[in-house]
Amino acid sequence: MEREVSGMRKYYESGKTKEASWRESQLKGLRSALMEKEEDILKALKQDLGKHHVEAFRDEVGILGRSIDVALKSLRRWMAGREAKLPKIAVLSRADIVPEPLGLVLIMSSWNFPFGLSLEPLIGAIAAGNAAVLKPSEMSPACSSLLATILASYLDNNAIKVFQGGPQLGQQLLCQKWDKIFFTGSAQVGRIVMSAAAQHLTPVTLELGGKCPAVVDSLSASWDTQVAAKRIVSAKYGSCAGQACIAIDYVIVERNFAPVLVESMKAWINKMFGENPKENNSVARVVNKQHFSRLKNLLDYPEAKNSLVFGGSMDEDSLFIEPTILVDPPLESEIMREEIFGPLLPIITVEKIEDSIQFIKSRPKPLAIYAFTNNKTLQRRMSSETSSGSIVFNDAIVQYVADTIPFGGVGGSGFGKYHGKFSFDTFSHEKAVMQRSFYTDFWFRHPPWTLNKFQLLQAAYNLDYFGMLLVLLGLKKTRRYSIWAAM
Amino acid sequence: MSSNESKKVFDEGAALLLVDELRGIFASGTTRSYEWRVSQLKALSKLVDDREQQIIEALRSDLCKPPLETVAYEIAMLKNSCRVALKELKHWMKPEKVKTSMTTFPSSAEIVSEPLGVVLIISAWNYPFLLSLDPVIGAIAAGNTVVLKPSEIAPATSSLLAKLLEEYMDNSSIKVVEGAVDETSALLQQKWDKIFYTGNGRVGRIVMAAAAKHLTPVVLELGGKSPVVVDSDINLRVAARRIIAGKWGCNNGQACISPDYILTTKDFAPKLIDALKTELGKFYGENPLESKDLSRIVNMNHFARLRKLLEDDKVAGKIVYGGEKDESKLRIAPTILLDAPRNSLIMKEEIFGPLLPIITVNKLEESFDVINSGTKPLAAYLFTNNKKLREQFVTTVSAGGLVVNDTTVHLATHTLPFGGVGDSGMGSYHGKFSFEAFSHKKAVLYRGFKADASVRYPPYTKTKLRLLKALIGGSILGIIRAIFGWS
Repeated sequence: MEREVSGMRKYYESGKTKEASWRESQLKGLRSALMEKEEDILKALKQDLGKHHVEAFRDEVGILGRSIDVALKSLRRWMAGREAKLPKIAVLSRADIVPEPLGLVLIMSSWNFPFGLSLEPLIGAIAAGNAAVLKPSEMSPACSSLLATILASYLDNNAIKVFQGGPQLGQQLLCQKWDKIFFTGSAQVGRIVMSAAAQHLTPVTLELGGKCPAVVDSLSASWDTQVAAKRIVSAKYGSCAGQACIAIDYVIVERNFAPVLVESMKAWINKMFGENPKENNSVARVVNKQHFSRLKNLLDYPEAKNSLVFGGSMDEDSLFIEPTILVDPPLESEIMREEIFGPLLPIITVEKIEDSIQFIKSRPKPLAIYAFTNNKTLQRRMSSETSSGSIVFNDAIVQYVADTIPFGGVGGSGFGKYHGKFSFDTFSHEKAVMQRSFYTDFWFRHPPWTLNKFQLLQAAYNLDYFGMLLVLLGLKKTRRYSIWAAM
Repeated sequence: MSSNESKKVFDEGAALLLVDELRGIFASGTTRSYEWRVSQLKALSKLVDDREQQIIEALRSDLCKPPLETVAYEIAMLKNSCRVALKELKHWMKPEKVKTSMTTFPSSAEIVSEPLGVVLIISAWNYPFLLSLDPVIGAIAAGNTVVLKPSEIAPATSSLLAKLLEEYMDNSSIKVVEGAVDETSALLQQKWDKIFYTGNGRVGRIVMAAAAKHLTPVVLELGGKSPVVVDSDINLRVAARRIIAGKWGCNNGQACISPDYILTTKDFAPKLIDALKTELGKFYGENPLESKDLSRIVNMNHFARLRKLLEDDKVAGKIVYGGEKDESKLRIAPTILLDAPRNSLIMKEEIFGPLLPIITVNKLEESFDVINSGTKPLAAYLFTNNKKLREQFVTTVSAGGLVVNDTTVHLATHTLPFGGVGDSGMGSYHGKFSFEAFSHKKAVLYRGFKADASVRYPPYTKTKLRLLKALIGGSILGIIRAIFGWS
C-alpha cells in the first residue's frame, strides 16, 4: 500500500492533476459513470440497504449528477482566485488570493449513503486539483466494490484509487501522511482520525452526526399540519430508514397539538409506505445485525409499551423495522440520549413550544435543527438562540441539495464544510500572493533610525496620509520624542 | 492584587472551573451583542494607546527589541487590526443572503455567522504582544469568551498582558492564564470550542492531538524555512535592503516569516553578498554586535541552538560575513554563509535567528525544485523582473503566502489570509479571516408550506422518477418535458 500511495504522490507532483483539462476530464468521466452505470448503482444500493430505486436516485445518484454539473460549470471561475484590495499606500503593488490543491487527500466515507458520501467529497477533491484515495465503508460491500470498479474504469487510476477494507485498513491508511483527510462517520472514529492526523499536522474535515430535533409548532392551518407531517414522515423513514446524519432524530411538540400531529403522521405513513412496508420495499433496511440489535434495545426501556403509538414490529431475518412512533419516552433512556439512526421516532411533548429552545440548547450541538412554524418570532429566536450545523424552517433534509449553503457541523457534530464551492474550498489552500515594485522603496522602513523615520512609520501604519505629509514638511508634533530620547 | 498573594497552582481542576465559568458567561449571551464586542475592541485599542511605553519596556526586557520595531510591528499592527475590526464588524456580523436553486424551489437561504463559544489562544514569544492580541481581536469580534495563554519565554510581556487585560477588558469573559508546560497541559485537557496556536510544529502536534479528544477545531500558525529566490536582473540595492529588513529587521531573524535562506545563481552570488554587506554596514554600523537596532537572542536555549548550527566544521568555513557572538549579552551578529552543505543542520532546521545561508544553483529554475523538496514553508519570496519566472514561482511553489520583490509585507495586509499549509500550519487569520476563524457559519434555509411538490415522496412511480430527474437537473425545459411525458 505504501508503494501505491507514494506512486500517487509522485504522480501528483508531476503537476497533471493541477491542469484544468485534467480536472474537467475526470468530472466528465464521473458524470458518464453515473449515467451509464445508474442501474448497477441502484441495484447495489438495493442490495446493501434495501433502498427503493427512486429513493436511491433521489438521494444519491441525482444529487451527484447535479453537483458534477455545478462543478464543471464553475470550475474555471473557482480556479481563478480573487484579487485582494490594498490600501492606497501600497501603490504599484498587487495582492491576490490563489487557490491551489493540497496534494494527496484521503476520503473516508460512511455506509448509509455510500455513493453520495464517497463521491460528493471526491468531486470537490478533483475540482480542486488533488489526487485522492477513497476508502468506502465495508458495511455496504456491494456499493464499495462497485465504486472500486467504476472509478477504476472511468477515472485516472494514477491519481484516484479506491482501497476497500475494514477498520484495519483504515488504521493502516491513517498511518500514512496525507495533505487532507475528509471523514464522514461517527464521533468515536472521528476522534481516532483526528488524533492520527495530528501526528502529520494534516488538516481534517469531520462530518459527524448528532440528535437532530424537529420542533413542530401548533400550526393553525390544517394544510400546514398535513405538509409538516408529510415532510417529517418522508424525511425520517423515507431516507435510508432514518439512518442518516441529518435525519430527524426526535420531534418536540406542544402537549395539546401532539395528538393532531401523530394522527396526521400515521395517515402519511400508510399513504407513503403502504399497509405492508416490509413487502413493498418502500422503506430501506437496517444495515446489519449489529445495528438491528442496537435499535431493538432502544425500545427496551420500562414502560416502552405505554409510549409506543405506532409501529414497533421488527424482523431480524430481513433486517426490517417498521416505521415506529413513540410519545414521551423517559429523557434518561438510551433512545433519548444516543443518536437513534433508525426508523424510531420519539415525540417529546412540552408545555409551550418555546421550551424547546432550552431543551435543544442543553444538549450537544446537532448537525441540523428543523423547525416547522409560521411564527416569525419563534423562527428568529430559534435561529439566534440555538447552534447547529444548519437550521431549516418548514422542511427537513433538503438542505443537503442546496449547493449555495455550506453543509457541515459544529461542536459535537463536526467541523469543516462542503457542497458546491465549499467542496472546492475544503480541498484547496488559499495562497496569499503579493507583488511589489522596486520603484516604491520607502526609505523610512530601514535603519539607521531617525526620529523622522519613526514618525513616518507610525503615520504609514495608520494609513494617515495627511499625517505623513505633515511629517515630511516638518510640521507634525509628536510624542514620539520621549520614546526617541529614551532609546 | 495577584502579585502579593502566593501563586495558586493552576492545575486541571482550576482549568475545568475556568472553562465552566466561561461557558456560563457565554450562555448568558453577554459576548454576543454588537455593543459588547465594540466596547472590548475599543478598550483594547485604548490599552495599546495608553500603555505604549510599558509595552516597549516589556519587549526591551524580553528581547532587547528596538523600540521602533515594537512600535512598527507590534503596536501599530495591533491598532490597525482593531481599527479594521471596528470599522467592518457590523458588516461581518450581517447574515449573508445566498441564492437558491430550482432543487429547493421555492426557498430562501442565508449564512449566519455565530460565535463558537469558549476559545483558547496560545501565543508565541517572538512577537509576544502582537501574536497574543491579534487573535484575541478576532475572537472578540466573533463574540466568543477567551482564554489567552501567553508564552512564558517572554515573561515581562506575559505578566504585562495579564495585568493590562485585567485592567482594561471585561474580566468575566476574557482571561489570561500565565505559565509554562504544566499550565498549558492543564488547559489542553479541557474541552474548548476552538484552539488557536502560534508556535512550532512539535507543540502544534501536541495541541492538535489534545484537541482531537474533544473534536475541537484548531488553527495552527507554525513555521518553516522561508526561502528567498534572487534573480540577477533586479534593483539589487532595493532587494538587499528588503531582505535585510525582513531578516534582521524582524526581531533579528526570530520571526516565522523571516527569510530563512537565499537561493541564487553561482554567478550572481558574489554581487548579492556585496550588496548585502554594504547595506548591512549602513543599517547597523561597524559593530553590529553592539547595535541597539537589533534584537538579542531570546534566551540561552536558543543561543546554544544557534551556536550549534555554526559549530559544524563544514559550516563554519562558509561564513562570509559576521559570525561574532557574545554569550553574556545573548547576542549574535548578522551572519551570512555561502553554500553550507545541503545536509547540514543549518539547512535542515528552521533557523529562527540572524544566520542567513546562501545556496547557489546553476540555473535559477532549479531553486523551485530545491524549495519543493522540503516541507511547505509559511512564506516564500522571489526577487525578479522576469514575468515568466514570476508566473512559474506562483504556480509551482506552495507556501502559506508568497511575496514577489519584497519580504514579510503580506503580514500587514489585512485583506490577505495569513496562515500556513502542510507543515507550516492550517487555518488563517487577519482582517475578516480572523472573524471567520472564530465563527461558525450556519446555513439557514427557509421553506414555506404552500408549494409542495409530490415528486419527492413515496409511493414512488415512474412518473415521479422522471420528474425528479428533471427537477434535480434544474432546467426548466427539462421539467416541462417531464411533465408532458416527453423525457
